[in-house]
Amino acid sequence: MQLSRDFGGRRAVHDVSLTLARGEVLGLLGPNGAGKTTTMQMITGNLAPSAGEISICGIDLLDRPVEAKARIGYLPETPPLYRDFTVDEYLRLAARLHRVPAAKVASAVVRAKQRCGVADMGERMIATLSKGYQQRVGIAQAIVHDPDLVVLDEPTVGLDPNQIREIRALIRELGTDHSVILSTHILPEVESVCDRVQILNNGKVVYADTIAALRQTRGGQALTVAFLRPPAPALLAAIEGVREVEALSAQRLRVFHGPESNPAQALVRRSVELDWGLVELTPVETTLEEVFINLTQRDDAEVAEATP
Amino acid sequence: MIGTIAAKELRSLFNSPLAWVVLAVLQVIFGYLFMVGVGRYGELQPQLAQYPNPPGITEIVVAPVFGVGAIVLLLVVPLLSMRLIAEERRNQTLTFLVSAPVSVLQIVLGKFAGLVLFLLIATGLIVAMSTALYAGGRIDLGLVAANALGLVLLSGAFAAVGLYLSSLTAQPVTAAISAFATLLVLWIVNIGASDPGSVLHLLSLLRHYESFARGTLNTGDLAWFALFIAVFLWLTVRRLDRDRLAS
Repeated sequence: MQLSRDFGGRRAVHDVSLTLARGEVLGLLGPNGAGKTTTMQMITGNLAPSAGEISICGIDLLDRPVEAKARIGYLPETPPLYRDFTVDEYLRLAARLHRVPAAKVASAVVRAKQRCGVADMGERMIATLSKGYQQRVGIAQAIVHDPDLVVLDEPTVGLDPNQIREIRALIRELGTDHSVILSTHILPEVESVCDRVQILNNGKVVYADTIAALRQTRGGQALTVAFLRPPAPALLAAIEGVREVEALSAQRLRVFHGPESNPAQALVRRSVELDWGLVELTPVETTLEEVFINLTQRDDAEVAEATP
Repeated sequence: MIGTIAAKELRSLFNSPLAWVVLAVLQVIFGYLFMVGVGRYGELQPQLAQYPNPPGITEIVVAPVFGVGAIVLLLVVPLLSMRLIAEERRNQTLTFLVSAPVSVLQIVLGKFAGLVLFLLIATGLIVAMSTALYAGGRIDLGLVAANALGLVLLSGAFAAVGLYLSSLTAQPVTAAISAFATLLVLWIVNIGASDPGSVLHLLSLLRHYESFARGTLNTGDLAWFALFIAVFLWLTVRRLDRDRLAS
């Protein structure tokens, strides 16, 4: 998918490209107003892109919307629940609208309820359910027809920590036999649930890689060290493998090194020999958060420079 | 798919007390008029016997009920139609239908059909009541059928206008008031037109309903209602499509 979307002359989403393999969970990340929801609305046929194309399992969404939409399950930011329906009535309606054969509607509803943990709520009126259960009914509605692609817009917003964990477990489970696109601004969520991550900022993709690749780049780039009797930075820089030394405070320093060599052992040996009194040695990890802040803020700064 | 959406709308209507209240109020009004009509027929009967070709019980008792029914529905349909799209928009549930593999036309037709089914029930109340006259005499079934068809077409036209105005806003009350105003204008638009060939007569809902009330089946009026409904449904489809394309 290669997508652009204009709103009143302002380009809200700019050439965002998403590709998803079966059984993959893609995290769409970005600050508020980055274009996550707009992108998802385009993928699910709620908004027509100004330019670009969308194809779901090889079916063009713009040319054959009905066939393509039958393969998508969508949970928008606000779960689209009919509050005066019971859970069963609502899910049956969702199944029928998504062309589940009449004979299979009942079993599809039971299965969706089980997967989302609302099996006992079938007779309850949706309006009487708590926010967490309403969210689950929203997810049940998105998976009742067993779609190839599940699109979830901030599915864990407004839930308590236990519910968040349950929903994440559910999303991981969904990821095994469906493709899932998930938007969120909660970073640990992406790390715990997603296979791949794309960060959006100002309507553009500023980062796209797998979570595994992200983990690999973590660590092995820098160490934080603290000494009781810190040596001159030049002494540290002389240790083999150290590229650069930066003083953080009177006693703490950050030691940068290349990915190929880790000077930790040599550093400890020197510390003992020269009695520097080493008290801390921590590898610095690049977290998703750092990548995120780096990318989104740097971009903001560039924009600020460009428009004085 | 249209049937599924229609069933959903009907269920929504009956899940709220509004539909039941409306049906109950309609039944009270129709029942009262019916009772008054039967009483008047009793009084008039000796006089009527003197005419060579007197109006029958159907014309005296049933036709006025349909006539008043048309006015009552003019007041009631905007209340029923106001929620159809405006409330879905306000509660952000429209996404549910738009994301489903159904076309906008199917959504609009389904919603319209759901409301028309409800109006069929309301009309059915009057028809069922008229058949009670069998107990005391013969009724003119053709006249009842023409009146019922006229009322269904008329209220269908109300529903189409209400649906369109509901698609313009996210506020059900705004939709109801604007629908009521529009219908009232269309009802009395020809009131000041003295020239019988005036274009205003062509626009008037009441004018096209009158032929059905007299028991005649005028294909011109039939086509006019069909066209009227089609135009407003088409406008609604256009409006919903614009949501998706808007920039």
